[in-house]
Amino acid sequence: MFDIIRKSLKTGIVTAKYPQSPAEVSSQARGRPEIDFAHWKDARPAVAACATGALAFTDEGRERTVTFDLAKCTFCGLCAESAAAIRMTRQYELAARRREDLKMVARYELAAEGAQSKLLSLSGPNGCASEPIDSPHGCDPRRRGPSPGYAIGASANEEARTASLESVGTQLNERVSQVLGRSLHIREVDAGSCNGCEVEIVGLNSPVYDLERFGIHFVASPRHADMLLVTGPVSRNMELALRKTYNAMPEPRLVVAVGACGCSGGIFGRNYATLGGVDKVLPVDIYIPGCPPNPCALLQGILLAIGKLYSRA
Amino acid sequence: MLPGLEPIVSDLTERFRAHVNGVRLERANEVYLDADVEAVPGVCARLYRNWNGRLVSLFADDARQESAMFHLYYVFGLDAAHGFIVLRVPVAPGQARFTSLSNAVPAANWQEREIQDLFGLKLEGHPNPRRCALHDDWPEVYPLRKDFPLCAALPPFQGERHKFRNVEGEGVFQVPVGPVHAGIIEPGHFLFSVAGEPVLYLQIRLFYTHKGTEKLFENIPVAHGVRLAESISGDSSFAHATAFCHAIERAANVQAPPRARALRTICLELERLYNHIADIGAIATDVAFAVANAHAMRLKERVLRLNEMLTGNRLLRGMACLGGVRFDWEADQIGALKAFTGELRPEFDSLVQLIQASSSTRDRLETTGILTPETARDLGVVGIAGRASGFDHDLRRDFPHAAYDRARFLVPVYRQGDVLRRMQVRIDEVGESLGIMDQIIQGLPPGGIATPLPPLPPNAVALGYVEGWRGEIFHWIRTGGGDRLARCKVKDPSLQNWPALSEAILGNIVPDFPVVNKSFNLSYSGTDR
Ligand code: SF4
Repeated sequence: MFDIIRKSLKTGIVTAKYPQSPAEVSSQARGRPEIDFAHWKDARPAVAACATGALAFTDEGRERTVTFDLAKCTFCGLCAESAAAIRMTRQYELAARRREDLKMVARYELAAEGAQSKLLSLSGPNGCASEPIDSPHGCDPRRRGPSPGYAIGASANEEARTASLESVGTQLNERVSQVLGRSLHIREVDAGSCNGCEVEIVGLNSPVYDLERFGIHFVASPRHADMLLVTGPVSRNMELALRKTYNAMPEPRLVVAVGACGCSGGIFGRNYATLGGVDKVLPVDIYIPGCPPNPCALLQGILLAIGKLYSRA
Repeated sequence: MLPGLEPIVSDLTERFRAHVNGVRLERANEVYLDADVEAVPGVCARLYRNWNGRLVSLFADDARQESAMFHLYYVFGLDAAHGFIVLRVPVAPGQARFTSLSNAVPAANWQEREIQDLFGLKLEGHPNPRRCALHDDWPEVYPLRKDFPLCAALPPFQGERHKFRNVEGEGVFQVPVGPVHAGIIEPGHFLFSVAGEPVLYLQIRLFYTHKGTEKLFENIPVAHGVRLAESISGDSSFAHATAFCHAIERAANVQAPPRARALRTICLELERLYNHIADIGAIATDVAFAVANAHAMRLKERVLRLNEMLTGNRLLRGMACLGGVRFDWEADQIGALKAFTGELRPEFDSLVQLIQASSSTRDRLETTGILTPETARDLGVVGIAGRASGFDHDLRRDFPHAAYDRARFLVPVYRQGDVLRRMQVRIDEVGESLGIMDQIIQGLPPGGIATPLPPLPPNAVALGYVEGWRGEIFHWIRTGGGDRLARCKVKDPSLQNWPALSEAILGNIVPDFPVVNKSFNLSYSGTDR
């Protein structure tokens, strides 16, 4: 007994300060890729390198349409290795309320060799690089560390993000108590994941992320749950169980799709055994991209979802 | 051919002269015997009984396009000879049937049924030929036949109608659990038959997470297969991806450069570390020792952060690539790794002390969930569970891959086969892991980190293998034309080990099931694919 207490005292507090301050992410971490469309000459190598189909393009005459779907991306960084105009950032707070918010479509006119292509239109999530990237960053290990303008919290955009997140964090207890009587209960369902997402979701309960300090708990039964946290591309064999779990929940209820597979089917997509994402089966309130999303990315998504529940109630 | 394999191969070719049509030496430790289907029971029994061979993988391949035949492959591991003998037999599409081995080699049970489900080759003489990989509501489709399209649209799932076996008697009742469980774990269904507290019989229904992975491998470029392999079982991302790369490299006749093999070894050990530490914590939680788990989770988080610092991803994803690894490490990264192993050792020891000082914890773990060495051998149980039940085996030592031939380490083996020993194997292995990492860092070879791959020859076959943290992982591939595979068979150790859980739980009480299950910690996704 005394040994246990002594060890606890010796260890001290290990809980991460997130979301009050940005999460500790290694300088090597790969978050979402960023594309400099204007300087992207040949899209083919990067699209061929992408195993998930997150990157795709079609050419019509001199006009190229590129789509980048964050919901499918696993942040592997292979596209950035094959195209100088793509670089990996460390951004991981990517949760979105709508599936469309994760899709980016760029149309541009291909220019002759040496000249800059003309961007005709760009739609999709904000924060995408439209300014030129001077040199490739990619995954080249010799060019490590935050490059100017892209590091977390460095750009104005990022600062606004962190600030807003912080306020979300401070408002959190208030909202949770107003809507749910001080606590949010989550039921996790694995609808065919590879268990990578589970490795990180379990981490939310660790003393490092300590979800319970926000009044958020994982519960054993959907009947006690306000939120369904779903991973996996939804295998054919899990569809019914997923529906039944959802139907057992009381209103108001939220559904959060976790990971590339949950958001879009990921590398599995839709095939004879998978349905291609949680929103093929249930109405999804929040999408959390990542493969797997790290615990802070999960936390951000959950906090965003609570905001949504608040506005709905 | 490895000298150890020679007497075995000549014994088999002599004895089964009438049925063995050819011997192909694909690699020094990988020999193929082409035989008639009649030879299967005899050859397998001979390998199993006389040569101490283990059936490590059993699968089918639709080669109707190339040779108008299905092929069955029986892969035997000969641990003492450090080699594999692969028996290949043709099955004519007109007589799509094969004889079960399960009565003689119980390890064949699930794998044979999987072939029946996915290829439509009918099993004869199997003690329990019910569906396994495809649930009972699936229409009559055979997904791994070449004429079945990857994206075939099937009618929606109407619910599992599995015919569980009836267990009857006074006071006997059934406790169904799953597929959605109470904790944050993967889906599967367990049906307990109990009389009072003790479990009389446990039926396990899996394949809820079947994702068509093996079919998908045949439909994507080979390089993309590495990323798919990372998603077979998330907690073994690097091990599966490396086993896949190993198979492709063997087919292409190239070897990853020494530095890449060293980095692979370290990554494999990091994967082992975070999983073993997490499991030790989880076993403690399941007997209500939450403080130990909190410390374990804290240490696991440190490993995950180190993973990210070394490879850009907390689960080591993106690190593996064909011919080697993708990222080299600089001096500061290697320094951090060194410092880490130094810091983790005392931290981990103190966690172990905490657990071992708790007599009530020991009381719950000792003699709980016993898997006897005899049962383990019959079921072909491998990995941690095998070593806790007397099976002295580890691919890292017996079939050295990556850079394991350059490290000295011990393979812990216990005979009691209870939860405590499965935890003890993990504890011992964490220590060995740190030792392996130190040795590899010490002698980290310079040079490149990836060998460029030549174009793959068509119709080449190769077996890739890795000792993952859970146990041995095999990827067997046959190349197709161009940049495609004709077949990729994935064998996760979980598939082999699940039936052992049904044995280990017998006579234990239902409330002990979580801790027994956790002590095996098998991958549902790796099994179901
Ligand atoms: S980082 Fe994303 S977009 Fe780029 S190749 Fe990987 S999965 Fe595709």
